Amino acid sequence: MTVSLVFLTALMVTFAGWLLWSSFNVRPWEAQSATDDPAQPLPSMMSAGRVGLIVFLAVVTSLFALTISAYMMRMEVSGDWQPLPIPGLLWFNTLALMLASVALQWARHGTTRADGSMVARGLWAGGIGSMVFIVGQLVVWYQLSVNGHHVDSNPADAFFYLLTALHGVHLLGGLVVWGRLLARVRRGAAPVSVHSHLELCTLYWHYLAVVWIVLFALLLLDA
Amino acid sequence: MAIAIVLIVLALGSVVFYFLSPWGLTPLASNWGAIDATIDITFVVTGAVFVAINVFMAYAILCYRFKRQRRSHYEPENKKLEAWLTGLTTLGIVALLAPGLFVWGNYVNVPDDAHEVEVIGQQWHWSYRLPGDDGRFGDVRTHLIDESNPFGLDPDDPAGQDDVLIDSSHVKLPIDRPVKLMLRSTDVIHNFKVAQFRAKMDVMPGQVSYMWLTPTKTGDFEAVCAELCGMAHFAMRGRVEVVEQGEFDDWVAQQPTFGELQDVGEGDPEAGAELYARCVACHGPQGGGRQEMNAPRLAGLDDDYIERQLRNFRQGARGEHEADRFGQQMRPFAMTLEDREMNADVAAHIETFPVEPTRPTIIGDAERGERFYRSCASCHGADGEGRRALKAPRLAGMNDWYLVRQLQHFKDGVRGRHPDDWYGNQMVDMAQILVDDAALRDVVAYIGTLSGGESSPQQDSEQARAEE
Amino acid sequence: MGEREYDAGAYVPPAETEEMELVHPKTFIGKYIWSQDAKVIAIQYGVTATAIGLVALVLSLLMRLQLGFPNAFSLIDPGEYLQYVSMHGMIMVVYLLTAIFLGGFGNYLIPLMCGARDMVFPYLNMLSFWFYFASVLILVAGFFVPGGSMGAGWTLYPPQSISEGTPGSEAGIVVMLLSLAVFIAGFTMGGLNYVVTVLQARTRGMTLMRLPLTIWGIFMATVMALLAFPALFVAALMMLCDRLLGTSFFMPEMLSMGETSDHGGGSPILFQHLFWFFGHPEVYIVALPAFGIVSDLLACHARKNIFGYRMMVWAIVIIGVLSFVVWAHHMYVSGMNPYFGFLFAITTLIIAVPTAIKVYNWVLTLWRGNIRLTVPMLFAIGFIFTFVNGGLSGLFLGNVTVDVPLSDTYFVVGHFHMVMAVAPVLVIFGAIYHWYPKMTGRMLNDTLGKVHFWITFLGTYVIYYPMHFMGLEGVPRRYYAYGETTFISDSVQTLNVVISIAAFIVALAQVLFLINLVWSYYRGRDAGPNPWRATTLEWQTEHTPPRHGNFGESLPLVYRWPYDYSVPGASEDFIPQNVSPEETRWQAEGRQS
Repeated sequence: MTVSLVFLTALMVTFAGWLLWSSFNVRPWEAQSATDDPAQPLPSMMSAGRVGLIVFLAVVTSLFALTISAYMMRMEVSGDWQPLPIPGLLWFNTLALMLASVALQWARHGTTRADGSMVARGLWAGGIGSMVFIVGQLVVWYQLSVNGHHVDSNPADAFFYLLTALHGVHLLGGLVVWGRLLARVRRGAAPVSVHSHLELCTLYWHYLAVVWIVLFALLLLDA
Repeated sequence: MAIAIVLIVLALGSVVFYFLSPWGLTPLASNWGAIDATIDITFVVTGAVFVAINVFMAYAILCYRFKRQRRSHYEPENKKLEAWLTGLTTLGIVALLAPGLFVWGNYVNVPDDAHEVEVIGQQWHWSYRLPGDDGRFGDVRTHLIDESNPFGLDPDDPAGQDDVLIDSSHVKLPIDRPVKLMLRSTDVIHNFKVAQFRAKMDVMPGQVSYMWLTPTKTGDFEAVCAELCGMAHFAMRGRVEVVEQGEFDDWVAQQPTFGELQDVGEGDPEAGAELYARCVACHGPQGGGRQEMNAPRLAGLDDDYIERQLRNFRQGARGEHEADRFGQQMRPFAMTLEDREMNADVAAHIETFPVEPTRPTIIGDAERGERFYRSCASCHGADGEGRRALKAPRLAGMNDWYLVRQLQHFKDGVRGRHPDDWYGNQMVDMAQILVDDAALRDVVAYIGTLSGGESSPQQDSEQARAEE
Repeated sequence: MGEREYDAGAYVPPAETEEMELVHPKTFIGKYIWSQDAKVIAIQYGVTATAIGLVALVLSLLMRLQLGFPNAFSLIDPGEYLQYVSMHGMIMVVYLLTAIFLGGFGNYLIPLMCGARDMVFPYLNMLSFWFYFASVLILVAGFFVPGGSMGAGWTLYPPQSISEGTPGSEAGIVVMLLSLAVFIAGFTMGGLNYVVTVLQARTRGMTLMRLPLTIWGIFMATVMALLAFPALFVAALMMLCDRLLGTSFFMPEMLSMGETSDHGGGSPILFQHLFWFFGHPEVYIVALPAFGIVSDLLACHARKNIFGYRMMVWAIVIIGVLSFVVWAHHMYVSGMNPYFGFLFAITTLIIAVPTAIKVYNWVLTLWRGNIRLTVPMLFAIGFIFTFVNGGLSGLFLGNVTVDVPLSDTYFVVGHFHMVMAVAPVLVIFGAIYHWYPKMTGRMLNDTLGKVHFWITFLGTYVIYYPMHFMGLEGVPRRYYAYGETTFISDSVQTLNVVISIAAFIVALAQVLFLINLVWSYYRGRDAGPNPWRATTLEWQTEHTPPRHGNFGESLPLVYRWPYDYSVPGASEDFIPQNVSPEETRWQAEGRQS
């Protein structure tokens, strides 16, 4: 559970720090006129959608941290663990996902420059890269099962399937949003109008790319 | 108003209840007096806090009931008071925690002079293993468990040869000697608990957990399972008898070792045929049973069950109760089979009998019986084929009048209550679900419809012979 | 969670807030079925949770029937008994308590108390309810699959939960795990809403330190639930793989009904770690909203500010944080590394300190107050008594040595029912009596309410207090019947009869409550906008019950904390949060505070 605990500790320290900041030297029982309050505008980077996504990513991080904890604990307890060979294709898949992430970043840049074709091309590239990644992962599954690494043959195999499936499902969920966004762009939405959505999309993709790199590194460490 | 008085009455009443309650810790029979002491400390501290808070609250309610002309006191916080309360609470917590941790230190550190006993939990009974003369346990593997090796010992491990195997739910422990109980499960999680010992620990499959204690009182103690382990969890009982060292040594000497058990061959059906001559008059030449003699069918029963019942009859664990008239008739016959080997031979002979359909004599509602049988099926199998690993005999094809009588006996505690009837208590507990005679007849009627599955022992042995 | 990036505490939205676009459907279905109004969703949550809770209540009565009068009925066999135990526990903890506190009260109170028009993601909020509804339907379907519902205990411990010999291991367990997965997905959608609404949609002037404790409790509980439920989700997923795909995450080499199973090498203890990593925070997920709500009830009905507000907020946060590092106290006798016992006993008992502080502050809130013994107040007082009792018995079980003889006995049953069943349920009742006038515009009947309170409060004490003593004697839990267990005295059976009878009476009293709910809806006394003379924003709405959008033309401005009761010199004994210092009316001459 170390991994989960480290993650939680970091989160909770942040949280406690924030709370301390907000409650320190505050005397809540004192009433104040509205005029005393500095009315600052809502920082645009912290739109509700963005906060929502960040909270969601915290939840997903908790999910992956716990699965990784389980992975490590299961590896420790038993003598039946046989590391699985890492298929070379995974390197290619990793590259595809990274490119997708970069492409979306590029598309996002397009919205700030109000460049419609840049947005569309970036979106297409990002989506296709992600689909290549998913198809690649499926091919890896196929390769492994052909070589006798079924989900029930060894815990190492089972965890590989579990982790890649969890990650893949999150990416598929992202692709649904991507599809809706693409439809809007193709219907001729102005680049500025998709800016906030694209921004969230990009953040999500970066996050999933990082998660994949962590998972991949774990698998490499085991092999 | 009422609420304040009720709070005071409840708070003080709870304390009075504690002192007057006829329910409390069972008399201690191990070295773990320290655990009882920590419980007492916790009662004193928590009891005081409980009364203090509630009486204070009740007093506040009495004093400060709503009055229109009065205003509440305005005091957002009081740092000094809060600091004091926090400090005092922390002190109280330390006072509770320190002795707890100290005793836990003892609990997890086993003394060097402790002798080891392995407790094996399985659905839904206990068995035990002692390390034998070499003081070491042999290797065990769950997948090695089969009929001839119920403990799953590795036959190639020399350390295992002298391991003493106790294939019953009844174990003896010497008094005043620390014992380390090694806990092993062959299926799901169990928990070996003897209330008077205080100590307990889960029996976790896939690993061996441990606990230690020193029994300090001689006597019989009931062991129960304290971790939900499936349908018959509540019927999973064992017996721990604490005896003097000498008696313990004698008892151990009588128990078979793994090596001895391996040398003992299978029962010899030929020899058994001769011995069976004395059974023919009542049970019939092919073990078909005779209702007019009140002798049940034997054909179809596996040798393990037959051997165990013969032993029970011989030792008086069955057939001694005054209400068990026909059991009493069986006892003298069982006495003539003097040793284990003779039992095994007879049982082996009985296994060769063909299973033929019985004639129904009981009228019951099989459909209603099916509902009751769900509980039976967990051990006796969905087809009534019996499950040897669960010590559950075959039911399909047995005489219905016999089943009714035995179920009645179990239900009334006529059979199964004797402390030496190792697994009988399970049936006593389970038979209680048959609340009336109709239920009893119904379930037996349903059993009458069962086929016994394909792998009856008799067919197995026939098959085996055919292969030879 | 990125709160670092700007100072949300001091954040005050601009004077002209951008108005939310609210979906105002015209049809009945749009208004009440596919509603995106948090208040309607709250009521949907509440009604569904109550309905499934009643199922669980009936299951508990069947259990009590068996325990009180064994061998008298042929209604229940041992397998069914375990199924009832398991489903009762699971439904009550997850599908009733979690759902009603967060989905029900969370949805109703967060936007109103924070001064928002609605949740920030109303569509997601609607989806959240329908996922929850689907999970309840799947759960109910579990009763009808072959082999019956799950019967492995609400803790679902493998290997027994998925191996033969356990009722429901055929299909019930699969249905249960699926239902949990759907529940968690739905909860995550709702949870995102609650957290982001509290963070982002507070009205102008509503700083963090002016949030009512109810919101603090629900907020912290939601944060914890969002982080803890993934543990259950992963565990459920892995167990499904073990059950359906033949993997061995949790399944060791073992026999199943005497036959060697295909599994091997798995670790049942790994499941326990995952389960309790969720399971312990879950206790506080239920408790923290109750803590928050009861604080507000006490302050309002004692006409006094909550004592030590900042300490209360910090206690909620510290309890929430610590609850993630105490999980293994459920596993003292599980066969895990015994040295963990030291660590987890220490963390567990540390949690007692902030919890005790909360209790002191509640009691000190009553001290020198002006206490109105209304029905919500009675329930709040009942809560304190019950919670103190259950909390103190937790000191037995959290202290590793004391836990050894008491674990898996009726002491545990008594403890957790006191602390996380009766106590939170008393708060739920109190909260319903308190907010029903706002939800419907009518008061609940007082007499019926008092009868309901007395039977529930006293009855549950009769049920659960003696159980501790049965546990001391060693009576194991989850037993269908006790037969002639030698160390259990015969009088325990007498006690069981008493407990069962008390249980039936308490259950009957709940019918009174339901009648009251329905009757008062049509015939109750007109409540007016603020019958309790409370300060928080939900009582200051233009309409009662509040319409979609909650507030009138403009959102309220907040000038003060929610506990301005009996402010010295003020002409009323309460000043609502949206009354500015300039508007405050003072006694006699206009003096300043």
